[in-house]
Amino acid sequence: MRSLRFIIEKEFKQIFRNKMMIPIIFVMPIVQLLILSYTATFEIKNVTLGVLDMDQSTSSHELVHQFDGSPFFQITTYSHSLNELEKKMQHGEIEQIINIPFGFEEKLINGQFAHIQITSDAVNGSAATLMSYYASSIVMDYNKKILVSEQGAVASNKGIATPFQFWYNTELDYKKYMVPGILVLLVTMIGAFLSGMNIVREKEIGTIEQLNVTPIKKHEFIIGKLLPFWIIAMFDLILGLTIARWIFDIHIVGDLWLIFAVASIYLLAILGIGLLISTITDTQQQAMFLAWFFMVIFIMLSGLFTPIESMPTWAQNVNIINPITYFIRFMRQVILKGSGLMDVMSDIISISIYAVSVLGLAIFRYKKVS
Amino acid sequence: MKDFIIKEFKQIFRDYRSMIILFGIPIAQILLFGFALTLDLKNAHIAVLDNAKDEHSRKLTEKIASSEYFILDRHLNSADEIEDIFKEGIVKEVLVFEPNFSQNLLKTGQADMQIIADASDPNTANMLVNYTSAIVANYQQSLLPSNPLNGIVIPDVKFKYNKELKSVYMFVPGVITIILMLVSAMMTSISIAREKELGTMEILLVSPIKPYQIIVGKVIPYLLLSFINFLIILVLSYFVLGMPLGGNMLLLMSESLLFIFMALSLGIFISTVSNSQQTAMLLSMFALLLPTILLSGFIFPIKNMPTILIWISNVMPSKFFIIIVKDIMLKGSGLMDVWFETLIILLFTLFFMALSIKKFKIRL
Amino acid sequence: MKVAVSVTNLVKTFGSFVANDNLNFEVYKGEIFGFLGANGAGKTTAIKILCGLQRPTSGEVKVAGFDIYKQTELIKKNIGYMSQKFSLYDDLTIQENIRFYGGIYGLSNEEIKSKTEQYIRELELEEYVKSMVAALPLGIKQKLAFSVAVIHSPQIVFLDEPTSGVDPITRRQFWEMIYAEANKGRTIFVTTHYMDEAEYCHRVSIMVDGIIEALDTPTQLKKTFKAESMEEVFIQLARKSTRVD
Repeated sequence: MRSLRFIIEKEFKQIFRNKMMIPIIFVMPIVQLLILSYTATFEIKNVTLGVLDMDQSTSSHELVHQFDGSPFFQITTYSHSLNELEKKMQHGEIEQIINIPFGFEEKLINGQFAHIQITSDAVNGSAATLMSYYASSIVMDYNKKILVSEQGAVASNKGIATPFQFWYNTELDYKKYMVPGILVLLVTMIGAFLSGMNIVREKEIGTIEQLNVTPIKKHEFIIGKLLPFWIIAMFDLILGLTIARWIFDIHIVGDLWLIFAVASIYLLAILGIGLLISTITDTQQQAMFLAWFFMVIFIMLSGLFTPIESMPTWAQNVNIINPITYFIRFMRQVILKGSGLMDVMSDIISISIYAVSVLGLAIFRYKKVS
Repeated sequence: MKDFIIKEFKQIFRDYRSMIILFGIPIAQILLFGFALTLDLKNAHIAVLDNAKDEHSRKLTEKIASSEYFILDRHLNSADEIEDIFKEGIVKEVLVFEPNFSQNLLKTGQADMQIIADASDPNTANMLVNYTSAIVANYQQSLLPSNPLNGIVIPDVKFKYNKELKSVYMFVPGVITIILMLVSAMMTSISIAREKELGTMEILLVSPIKPYQIIVGKVIPYLLLSFINFLIILVLSYFVLGMPLGGNMLLLMSESLLFIFMALSLGIFISTVSNSQQTAMLLSMFALLLPTILLSGFIFPIKNMPTILIWISNVMPSKFFIIIVKDIMLKGSGLMDVWFETLIILLFTLFFMALSIKKFKIRL
Repeated sequence: MKVAVSVTNLVKTFGSFVANDNLNFEVYKGEIFGFLGANGAGKTTAIKILCGLQRPTSGEVKVAGFDIYKQTELIKKNIGYMSQKFSLYDDLTIQENIRFYGGIYGLSNEEIKSKTEQYIRELELEEYVKSMVAALPLGIKQKLAFSVAVIHSPQIVFLDEPTSGVDPITRRQFWEMIYAEANKGRTIFVTTHYMDEAEYCHRVSIMVDGIIEALDTPTQLKKTFKAESMEEVFIQLARKSTRVD
């Protein structure tokens, strides 16, 4: 076991001596965390609106005023030509057009339905859905106002009221949702990429031969190669959680020890993947590619950006062997909702089984003799 | 020089593992984005705490549960259970009917159904609340007399460029951009860095081959690979995803070639500042690929980001390329519509080329 | 004469390619054994098998009395190896390299310390003490690599082309180091394609196309082949080769 000490020492020296490694290991994840958390949002704000008001009546002005006052919309263009507005949409200058035809107010006064057209740029389908929903709700509010002015407040309250509450994230801060996931992402990338490439590097330059000739035992070699990255990844996790607390104001509702315990196991799984990749590749480029290939697929399917429930069955099946899915879910539960050990038990078991299998397979495959 | 290019090709194609992955990536991406990844919501689990258990509460519950957006997970018996069920993590929304729901509705004309959403994912929560409210409004319409005493406004909603609101249309341009970036910039930079690391670059520099010929020789195979990949993506999008290939295909291909050139010069530049393959890879990944995915408008709209990030995104050539691709493919734009973005990419290309030449000379 | 290495009917194939075709030889304790052959003859494969880096396809091999199949790890404790190019880590200092290999071979901290001092002194490395091994001139790197290969006083040392690429004076110095070790009773197994170095060995074997075509003392070989130098002997045998490099 003494050899272990020596190989760990050597690894750390080599890692920190590489001038590019230090910023990559420590600065990059932090920068990524900051940038990612601020960019990853699907909220809709300041939808650029173009208004075509062919009626120019009190009522139409009133309606337009509603849109103007809403934080969701930003009227940038008033025009008398639909063509002009459509051209602007083509160029991406406006995202939505409101078309109020001539005769709007008259219809209202006569008790008829007054139609207006709301056209949304639907290149981003879900954004378009949200946009048109907001626009429709503004129109609903406007309708309520009409009813109130005609019939009094009572009438406008007819119907089923749906007061709503948002738990765990009352301000609907998207960052709260994304940050735990992004932390997982960063820690995963360090664990998988760096560890895999590190071992392959020795293969590629040839020093691995010299090592294989020595009496160093297989498990000593593997632990020596993986442990430094385990430590670095855990460190980055702690760093990330601290940043989450101080910069994003995300307090960990659940138990800290639980997070660290499970993170340790998760990292073993990820390092196992890195090790496994190193046993089937000969060059760093191949290792990087393979790791990238699987990581991207796993990340995209993990529910980090898009909801898992909406995925087709085959994708959800793939997620069974996706360690990231389990860990992201675990992190979100514990950090945001304070879920306890029993609540997340199934995810913990999944991660553990995964770690044991992958690491076991990788160790089995790694041979000192060819 | 011809021999050099042939040697490069051989080296690349012989590495069949990398080749498989190289062509596997776009296929995997298309499948993922086309079929698995969507921002729309479906099959969200909800729970109901029905304190009324009467006609309307049951009917409304059934109406909501039968929608494709929701799956009724279970009925709760008390408000205490709400927190526990959220902690389990499967149920995303809880509906609470007040006691005497139907009675109140018929007598006073008003009744309450509270919606409690797990907002740890605020986007989902928001959407779920919206969907739920819409279904409730719909139900209400069917109950109450529909002739108002006054005129009201009816909005007719129209969606342009993407009538069926397919998420896919948004993703394909992004996928194209990423793959081109990956192959052209990242792989080129690693390939050149590799020669430096293994020491064979010195040998090349000493030989009668001129430096620019080395570069061109290195770059041409990846140019070809990128373009082939690009075509694969287009073909897959058309046949597998049913994405319309409207618009000026010739323009699209020219723009893509331009972008490939830009990415290649960027790759060369990265290789001149990297001391090893590992460095080139990490640099490409963190400084290039991830920002491209996040800040180019590929998935997340740039508009709502903090100002400083919007500035940064303006320095990303990928942002402009995505706009070009989206406009051509989905809006049928012509050169006149995208000339600005094209110019920017051209300038980037020249910039990176100049930088690389300068750096390369010094390195020698 | 005790036998350090014994090889009986060793065969190594890669698919249909036969790298080592039924090798039979013995290396005696304390001798300097030269393992010669052209590139592609099968030398490197054979030496890797003897070091436990590759498994034979068939045949019996005993190194330092241990069986290559069943007692590989014991063999590794008792041998030293200097690979063709990359024995030392370029991004570590001299002391760090010595410390690492010394530690892995089980030397105590005191032993490592004294060995480090010894090597720095003997090889005159004082000016390089602070720099990475990458900064060392090639000849010094090689001498250092050799010293590290014997740091744990192994019974047998395998050297794969240890003197490639250095000037004749450095090569001469290197061979003096080899003699010094042989005098201590260490068995030296060295491959080389410098024919003049073949003269320095006690016995030499010459491999052609995977087969040992000759094995004897340099003097005897020259007599047998009626040659003036080992180079001539080698050329005569190499001409028979059908393998193209």
